[in-house]
Amino acid sequence: MEMIRNFPCLSILLSMFSAIISSAVKGRGARRINTFVVSVVGILSACTLYYTYTTGQSYVYVMGHFPAPFGNEIRFGSLEAGMALFFCVIMLLSLNGGRRKIQMEVDPEKENLYFIMVDLLLSSLLALVYTNDLFTAYVFVEINTIAACGLIMIMESGRAIEAATRYMIMSLLGSGLFLIGLCMLYDMTGHLLMSNVQASIQAIAADGTYVIPLLVMIALLVVGLAIKSALFPFHAWLPDAYGYSTVSSAAMLSSLVSKGYIFLLIKIIYRVIGFDIFVQSRIINVLFVFGLAGMIMGSTSAIRENDIRRMISYSSVAQIGYIYMGFGLGTSAGMAASVFHILAHAATKSLLFVSGVGLTDVSGDHKEFIELTGSAYRNVCAGLAFTVGSLSMVGIPLFSGFISKLLFSQAAVQSQIKMLPALIVLAVSTVLNAIYFMKTVIRIYTPVSCKYKSVSIRENPLYAFTLLCFVVLNIGLGMWSQPITDWIAQGLSVFA
Amino acid sequence: MSRIRKQSEYERTFAYRFFHWLGGEKDAFVGNMEMRPQQEYREEEATIQERMKDRQQVIAEVYDSSHNRELRFFGALYKCLSIVFCIALVTLLVITVSYLPSVGGEIRPTNNEVSEKYITDGLLDTGAVNIVTGMILSYRAFDTFGETNVLFIATCCVMIMLMVDEKKIRENKESNDRGFEPKNDVILQAIASLLVPIVFLFGIYIILNGHLSPGGGFSGGAMIGAGLILYVAAFGFEKTERFFNEKVYKCVKVTALLCYGCIVTYYFLTGANGLPCLIPLGEPGTILSGGITLPINIFVGSEVACTMYAFYALFRRGGL
Repeated sequence: MEMIRNFPCLSILLSMFSAIISSAVKGRGARRINTFVVSVVGILSACTLYYTYTTGQSYVYVMGHFPAPFGNEIRFGSLEAGMALFFCVIMLLSLNGGRRKIQMEVDPEKENLYFIMVDLLLSSLLALVYTNDLFTAYVFVEINTIAACGLIMIMESGRAIEAATRYMIMSLLGSGLFLIGLCMLYDMTGHLLMSNVQASIQAIAADGTYVIPLLVMIALLVVGLAIKSALFPFHAWLPDAYGYSTVSSAAMLSSLVSKGYIFLLIKIIYRVIGFDIFVQSRIINVLFVFGLAGMIMGSTSAIRENDIRRMISYSSVAQIGYIYMGFGLGTSAGMAASVFHILAHAATKSLLFVSGVGLTDVSGDHKEFIELTGSAYRNVCAGLAFTVGSLSMVGIPLFSGFISKLLFSQAAVQSQIKMLPALIVLAVSTVLNAIYFMKTVIRIYTPVSCKYKSVSIRENPLYAFTLLCFVVLNIGLGMWSQPITDWIAQGLSVFA
Repeated sequence: MSRIRKQSEYERTFAYRFFHWLGGEKDAFVGNMEMRPQQEYREEEATIQERMKDRQQVIAEVYDSSHNRELRFFGALYKCLSIVFCIALVTLLVITVSYLPSVGGEIRPTNNEVSEKYITDGLLDTGAVNIVTGMILSYRAFDTFGETNVLFIATCCVMIMLMVDEKKIRENKESNDRGFEPKNDVILQAIASLLVPIVFLFGIYIILNGHLSPGGGFSGGAMIGAGLILYVAAFGFEKTERFFNEKVYKCVKVTALLCYGCIVTYYFLTGANGLPCLIPLGEPGTILSGGITLPINIFVGSEVACTMYAFYALFRRGGL
C-alpha cells in the first residue's frame, strides 16, 4: 500500500497528540504546536487530495488489525480530502486573524486550554469527515460539542458563559436525538459500518417491513444534526454564541463546527440511508421548507439587529438555510450547490467576523452601528475586507457568493414543483442580504469627525496578511469555480 | 421641430420631452432632485443623550416582568407548549419502539456475523478472556481512544470554567470559602484510613485483571478516583497534596494519554499496512496476556482516576 494512504489516519492522530502535549506546556508553546499541527495536517490533506483526485477513487483504511465490520475503518475520496484541507486553511486563518484578541481576552493561564480545544476540534472535524462508522461519528460529535462549548466559554464574561450554557443545552438535545436515531438504526440493521447499514436499509425499504421506524429514524438523525448546525427554527443559541465569544472562536464555530455536522449529514444521506431512499422520504420537503424559512427569517432578524457581530451571526442562519434548501431540492445538482455553498460560506463568514473585529477595535470596542460610523477610514484594510465579504454574501459576480447562488438557481430550475418557491425566495433573500450588508458598508464609509484613533497596516501586519489571504480565497472561489465544481462533482460521484 | 403644431404647443407634448431627454439635452434630475455633496456625519450631544435614555427605558420596560403582561403571557404559553411538545415526542418514540424487532427474540438483525465473530474468535484474535474488554480495546480501539479523549477534553472544559489562580485564593482567603476544610472528623478519618487502601487495591486489581474478568480501565479507574476523593474528604487537601498535586496530576495524565496514543498509532499503522503486531498475545488466562489490552487498560485506568479526582477538586476549591 502506498504511503499516502496513511495520511488521513495520521492527521487525525497527530491533532490528538498535539492536544495531549499542549496540556503540559504554557500558552505560547501551545499556540506554536497548534499552528504547526494545523499546517502539517493541511499539507497531508493536500497530498491526499492530489492522490485521490488523480486516481479518481475512494479508499478504505482499516484502523487496526481487523477489517470492518469487526473493527473500525475510515474511508477517503477526493471530497473528504478537499474538505479536510479547506477546514485546515480556514482554521489557520481564523486563529491568525484573531491572535491579538485571544491574547487580550483570554486569561494567560488558560491560553493552553484554548489551544487544546482547538486541536481536539480539528481532530473531531477530521474524524467526522473521514469516518466510515456511525459510532465513531457519534464519539467525535461528542468531542466536537465539548470543544465548541470550551471555545465559547473561554471569554469568562457573563454573556459568554450564558451563551455557552445555551449552546450546550441545545447541542446536547441534538446529540441525544442523533443517538436515539442511531440506536433505532442499529436495532433495525444490526450494523454500524456505513456500507453494511446501507445494504440492510435498502433491503428493509424493498421489503417494506419497518416503514414507520425507518421514517422516524431518518427524522431523528436529520433533526439532531439540524439542531447542531442551527437550521432555522433551532437557531436560538446561535447569535449569542457567535456574538459574545472571542473572534477566532466565532469564526471557527460558524465556518467549521456547523459545517462539520452538515458534512456528516451529507455522508449519512449518501452512504447510510442512500440518496434515493432519502429523496423518497417526506423529510426532504420539511428540510426544503425550513431552509426557505431560514433564508427569509435569518435575514429579517439580521436587518433588525443593532450589533454588528450579532448581525453577522444572524446572517449565518440565512446561509445555513441556503444549504438545507439545496438538500431539499433532492437532486445531485442541488447537493453539489450545497457543498459549494459550504465552502463559500465558510470562507466569507470567517472573513466577515475577522474584519468586523478590526472595525469594532477602532470604534472603542463598541459593536453598535452608530459608533462604527466611518470606521473603514480608521482601519483601511479591515474596511476593504469587510466590503469584499459583504459583496460576496450579497452575491456580486467575481466573489464566491455569486457562484453558489448561480448553482442554487441552476439546480432549482431542474426541479418542477420546487422551482418557483426556490427562485422567489432566493431573489427575496438576496435583496434582504443587500439591505443589511450594504447598510453596514455605507455606514462604515460615511466620513465622521474622528473621535477614535485610527490604526495603520504596519501596527498589525499579520492581521492584514490574514485578511488578504481571506480575500484571495474568496475571489479564487468566485473566479476559478469551474475546477472546484468539477472536483465536487467527481467527489460526490465516488462518495456514494 | 414640428411642422403641424406651433413650437410653443409642441414643447408641451410628451414626444418633445421624450426626444429631448433621449438626445441628452436635459438631465431629469437637475432641479427636481436635491443633490448635495456627502457631509460629515455629526451627532449632537442632545441626540446621544436621548438615544441613551430611550435605550435605558426599553431595557427597563422589556425586563420588567412583574408589570409586563406580554412577557407573562408568553412565559405561560411557552411552558404549556414545551409540556405538549415533550409529551408528543415521548409518544412518538414509544410508538416507534413498538414497531422495532422484539427484544430477546431469536431472529433479530443484531444477531449477525459481527457478534458471532466477537464471541467465537474473540479470544483467539485479542488474547483477552473478557470478550467485552477485547472488543472495545482492540477491535474498536479507535472509538475507545476517542472516548478517552472525551474525558480529557471534559476536564479541560471544567478547568476553563472553574480553575482559579492560586494567588487569588491566597489573597482573599477571608471572603473566599473555597479554602475552608472540614474539621477533623475522627470517625471519618478512622474509617477512611481503613477503607482507602482496600479501595485502591481493589481498583488496581480490576484494572490489571480487565482482560480476564469483568471490569477494565474505566471501572477500575473510577474506583481509584473514588478512593482519592474519600481520602481528600477525610484528611483535606494539604495532606493529599503531599502525594497528589498538580504536577503529579499533569505527569500521570500526559504520560498515560501519550503512551496510549503511541500504542494505538503503532497498532493502526501495522494493521493497515499488513505488518504483524509485535506485542505478544500471551497465553490466554494468565495475567501477562491480551496483547495491547493490558497496557491500554492501565493507561485508561490512570487517566480515568485523574479525571474523577480533578472534577472533585475543581468543583470543591477551583484548583488541583
